[in-house]
Amino acid sequence: MIELIAQNPFIASLVALVGLGLVFGALLGFAAVKFKTEGDPIADQIESLLPQTQCGQCGYPGCRPYAAAIADGDDINKCPPGGEATIAALADLLGVEAKPLDAAEAAVPSVAFIREDECIGCTKCIQACPVDAILGSAKHMHTVIASECTGCDLCVEPCPVDCIDMRPIETNLQTWHWDKPKPVEDLIASDRGTAAKSGAAA
Amino acid sequence: MRKIWDIHGGIHPAENKSQSLHKPIENAGIPKQLILPLAQHIGAPASPIVNVGDRVLKGQMIAEAKGFVSAPVHAPTSGIVSAIESRVIPHPSGMSASCIVIDTDGADEWIAHRGTDDYTTLSKLELVDLIRQAGIAGMGGAGFPSAVKLSTRDDKPIETLILNGTECEPYITADDILMRERAEEIIAGAKILRHIIKPNKETLIGVEDNKPEGIAALEKAAEGTGIEIVTFPTKYPSGGEKQLIQILTGKEVPTGGLPSDVGIVCQNIGTATAIYRAIQFGEPLISRITTVTGDACEQPQNYETLLGTPVQYLLDKSGFKKDACIRLIMGGPMMGYTLQDTAVPIVKTSNCVLAPTVAELPPPPPAQACIRCGMCAEACPVSLLPQQMYWFSRAQEHEKLEDHKLFDCIECGACSFACPSNIPLVQYYRASKAEIRQAQQDKMKAERSKERFEARTARLEQEEAEKEAKRAARMEAAKAKAAAAANAPDSSKADIIQAAIERSKAKKAESADPAQAAIARAQAKRDGNAEEESPQEKTERLQKLFASAEKRLTAAKEKLALAQEQQSDNADAFATAVSKTEEKLAAIQQELTEHRASLTPPPADATSADPAQAAIARALAKRAGTTADESKEDKTARLKNTVSTTEKRLAAAQEKLALAQEQNDANVAAFATGVEKTQAKLDTAKKELSDHLATLAPSDTAKQIASDDPVQAAIERAKAAREAQASMSDADKVKQNIESLENRIARTKEKLDAARAEGSDTADILADSLAKLEAKLAAAQQQLS
Amino acid sequence: MGFLKVSSPHAHGPMSTARVMRLVLLATIPGVFSLTFFFGFGTLMNVLWASITALAFEALALKLRKRPIGFYLNDYSALVTAFLLGIALPPASPFWLIMIGTGFAILICKQLYGGMGYNPFNPAMAAYVMLLISFPVQMTTWLAPKGSFAGDLLGPIDALRYCFGFGREAIDAITMATPLDVLKQNNSLLVKDLWEESAQFGQFAGIGWEWANIGFLLGGIYLLYRRVFTWHAPISMLASLTVMSALFYDGGSSASGGSPLFHLLSGATMLGAFFIVTDPVTSAVSNRGRLIYGALIGVLVYIIRVWGNYPDAVAFSVLLMNFAAPFIDHYTQPRTYGHKLKDQQGGKS
Repeated sequence: MIELIAQNPFIASLVALVGLGLVFGALLGFAAVKFKTEGDPIADQIESLLPQTQCGQCGYPGCRPYAAAIADGDDINKCPPGGEATIAALADLLGVEAKPLDAAEAAVPSVAFIREDECIGCTKCIQACPVDAILGSAKHMHTVIASECTGCDLCVEPCPVDCIDMRPIETNLQTWHWDKPKPVEDLIASDRGTAAKSGAAA
Repeated sequence: MRKIWDIHGGIHPAENKSQSLHKPIENAGIPKQLILPLAQHIGAPASPIVNVGDRVLKGQMIAEAKGFVSAPVHAPTSGIVSAIESRVIPHPSGMSASCIVIDTDGADEWIAHRGTDDYTTLSKLELVDLIRQAGIAGMGGAGFPSAVKLSTRDDKPIETLILNGTECEPYITADDILMRERAEEIIAGAKILRHIIKPNKETLIGVEDNKPEGIAALEKAAEGTGIEIVTFPTKYPSGGEKQLIQILTGKEVPTGGLPSDVGIVCQNIGTATAIYRAIQFGEPLISRITTVTGDACEQPQNYETLLGTPVQYLLDKSGFKKDACIRLIMGGPMMGYTLQDTAVPIVKTSNCVLAPTVAELPPPPPAQACIRCGMCAEACPVSLLPQQMYWFSRAQEHEKLEDHKLFDCIECGACSFACPSNIPLVQYYRASKAEIRQAQQDKMKAERSKERFEARTARLEQEEAEKEAKRAARMEAAKAKAAAAANAPDSSKADIIQAAIERSKAKKAESADPAQAAIARAQAKRDGNAEEESPQEKTERLQKLFASAEKRLTAAKEKLALAQEQQSDNADAFATAVSKTEEKLAAIQQELTEHRASLTPPPADATSADPAQAAIARALAKRAGTTADESKEDKTARLKNTVSTTEKRLAAAQEKLALAQEQNDANVAAFATGVEKTQAKLDTAKKELSDHLATLAPSDTAKQIASDDPVQAAIERAKAAREAQASMSDADKVKQNIESLENRIARTKEKLDAARAEGSDTADILADSLAKLEAKLAAAQQQLS
Repeated sequence: MGFLKVSSPHAHGPMSTARVMRLVLLATIPGVFSLTFFFGFGTLMNVLWASITALAFEALALKLRKRPIGFYLNDYSALVTAFLLGIALPPASPFWLIMIGTGFAILICKQLYGGMGYNPFNPAMAAYVMLLISFPVQMTTWLAPKGSFAGDLLGPIDALRYCFGFGREAIDAITMATPLDVLKQNNSLLVKDLWEESAQFGQFAGIGWEWANIGFLLGGIYLLYRRVFTWHAPISMLASLTVMSALFYDGGSSASGGSPLFHLLSGATMLGAFFIVTDPVTSAVSNRGRLIYGALIGVLVYIIRVWGNYPDAVAFSVLLMNFAAPFIDHYTQPRTYGHKLKDQQGGKS
């Protein structure tokens, strides 16, 4: 047997390759059982990047379903609340090209506001809110827990008296900060006049 | 000579200190108006304790500290509080915040105050409390409440007390002149601080060597006290707390830690003076020394300035040339911030108002590309790599920024100063710090939203499952019943009665305590837990369904009316219809509000921070408004009460309607709808009452069964009532009203007597409703006559 | 008129990028003077033509990239590149060689990467290496230094003529191998004998070369004094080169790589140490990083000079270390105030 193998290089290589194949196959099979991961780790990672507004603007009923859809190959540019930052993060995670947002514009962070003297207490908005951020009961005025509101605007549509506004979150003294300076190296030629002038002044 | 250490980096900007040192400290006087921001310190803003129109005396507390890290505000002079409103405050954003505005009266009348004769007799806690009450916050620039800094824990022994007289920023001389003129007060303050802190090693005053006069004065005053004046070479930013500690002791405050972690407490010398005055004379912090300087001022000098003095007032005193100045800086040229408005006041931290000319501090030239020359890293006092952080900041690489210790940056500006490409590095770091903080908050919020969403989804699924289970159970029961009926026809009647009793019991249990249910729900929401649906919750949900059904009905009616109007092809009519609909809505809302107001006392604490808490409070209030433990009688009483209040509202609505009709008002339709609705509600309430009374007599099963569909019944009744009313004249309506009122008064009297006889709790409520009914009756009779 | 709303600091130091670049240009004067003194006007011609072409290419690139031309030309960075390349090229190089060099440096190595500050490689050295590989003959033709041959030094008119290709044949009469070349070719003579045998050698190293290097050293000391850069990278490069050459001096045998002094004052050592290695854009950023960066360049210079294929090696070494700079940066972050050194290292890995 051994002699046969030794004398026939063809058989020798065949044996070696098959043997290697078996060894690595067994190794992989063992690893698959031993290091089995529960759930869908990619979908989890994707979900952790989504803004969790649960707004459904992507066409899925919440962030988790959209994360699962992305993991299955859906586009990464369907999340207006996340905007370019989320797309960039997703592109980074998945190693794909970042695409422009699939919407007119990124959503401005905002919070729902019920004009309370117009609220008739119909509870429709409460039923619509994906994160239970509206308080109130039937025939009693409702109000939004601003700190829990994700700004998804799902409550605006159901309101029969249109008493819900989406108000952009305003800057206050606590949240105000300096913006990043506009990089002057990126000045385009049309700005040249001003840049040169102030440069000369310096 | 004491050993001193060196800090990494640092720069030597032109000092420009001599301009403002030619003259002694001058009292700036009392401006017409003082503006006192409630947040002049780091921490929670103070909360006002005076009202508009109050006369306040000099030194009177006008806003109290709110929380541990906070400081009160005192009136700097006597006058009238003319407003408590939003004013532009000294802040880099140029935004506004709450301020107390005092119109001064020039009398400068002190409130009664007295100091402590011998502070050594007071305990540390007492002294710290005196300092807290005096509203003293760090006067070097940051404004950290001094009492908080001095509240050192006993398990962290303090080795060294450091007074910071460094004043390393160019232009500012407030501390320098304080040392020259009031060295004794500084030393006296230092002694008090030493008494409070009890440093077990030494008390130091650190001063840069560019203030020889100040050093000499301090040394003279400190003779024999054991307080050591330490001088060291001038270099910016030696005056940063952490940098000064390193220079004087060679220790580094660990990142994220406090000086007390390395056994050090550091206070500004201005703060020490303020503490001395607070302890010795009982004077709170109402004034400070502010340098007004810069080439755009003809007479740069230091002023003893009342807090709240508008910057404009100081500039006017100093011969400010507005045309020569394009930026106005509060603080120094390295860390100060620009002001857009000269109306902003001097606050506890305002050590300098700098009005430079264009030539002095020219506008920033356009930034060039970073050539990574490393001059910024050479200048950085905390050994960061600013050039690397600049790239990461531009590329939004937050992780890398944190790796490069962005949050250890003290924003001293040395890197920007040194940068040959004029890159506003500090601005990048500030923006990036804010971005990172924002991202962290967003992350946290997203986590919470996700939890809430998942909890809600779970709850809805469970509700659905339970509904399904109940439906299955009902079907089972129906089958069983059918089978039973077929087997034993005789027992059917008994079964029905039994069922009715069961239902009434269930209903009672359900309506037992809505407040409890609301609390449970609110808590469940807050915890994010899906809780098993209790009977109370079910009641709530049924009520919701009922409400929405009613709502749908009215909406449908409106639409019908609208459609009819449209068929007449009349645009005007359509518009009228729309406006009418709106008016109707308004009427309904008013009704709703009235209803709510009549049912519930105002919410206990509307401003409560926690919305869930507020909901609980509201629910509790609601429960208090009804009765805590509802017995059958109680329920009856409550229903009656509802009926009577609804009646009252009906009467009011009718009055309004009549008035509107008289005046041929456009709102007639709205009022008419209001009357209709109220009437319908009244009927519903009456029906409910009678149903309830009926359930008390279990034999009356037929009625009970008839009321199984209350929605339908209510709709029917509403329709009937409206039809009846439409055919009635006003007088008839009123008469009918009077009739029903009389009936009800009679009934209520009976009930009241019964209740009194039993000594029941409901007696009060009944008496109340009786009074209301009588009042209504009187009103109706008056209307009729 | 409203007041400005700007972030602090409001004061600014006296240093500007243009000033840094001007100081660098100024500091090349002693070295260029020595080169001209010993090798004629060829180097000046190089520098002049390189400057003209570099500015033209820079303006062209800025125009194509739609950037303000005046604003960026004002930073002098193109001139610095042109000076360094012009000095590094053999005196009186043909005009097209210089033009290809500056074009490559400015267009490919600098502007294609985004302009000043964004280039990963030193443009002058990248261009030099490109030319060395592409045109080895032209790039290794050095003129003979003053005193080593009978003829006259290259005058300004001749330099201009040779540069633009008129009578270039004549230049062959005055070319000579560089001392580093001579040492590299040697495999039989003791260093001492070689010294006596060859006309190129002067007091410490090659005639002219030693003085050119001393000139650049003076310029470098001036820049250090003006705090244009820190001492770390150049000193560590010179130190490691010294150590390497001392280790392998071998007592001046025929296999010797040359004495430390010879290496310090030969070829582009001082130009490299003070004008190339210190190029901030492409070097490591922290002081510790610069020590490592400089030391490794010194080692590489010696290795390539003695055991490699090319007689001089500063350009290759610098380019190789440009690759390594980000890596060095990653591991040499300085300890920040309030952090323990251990934490800082742990935080990064």
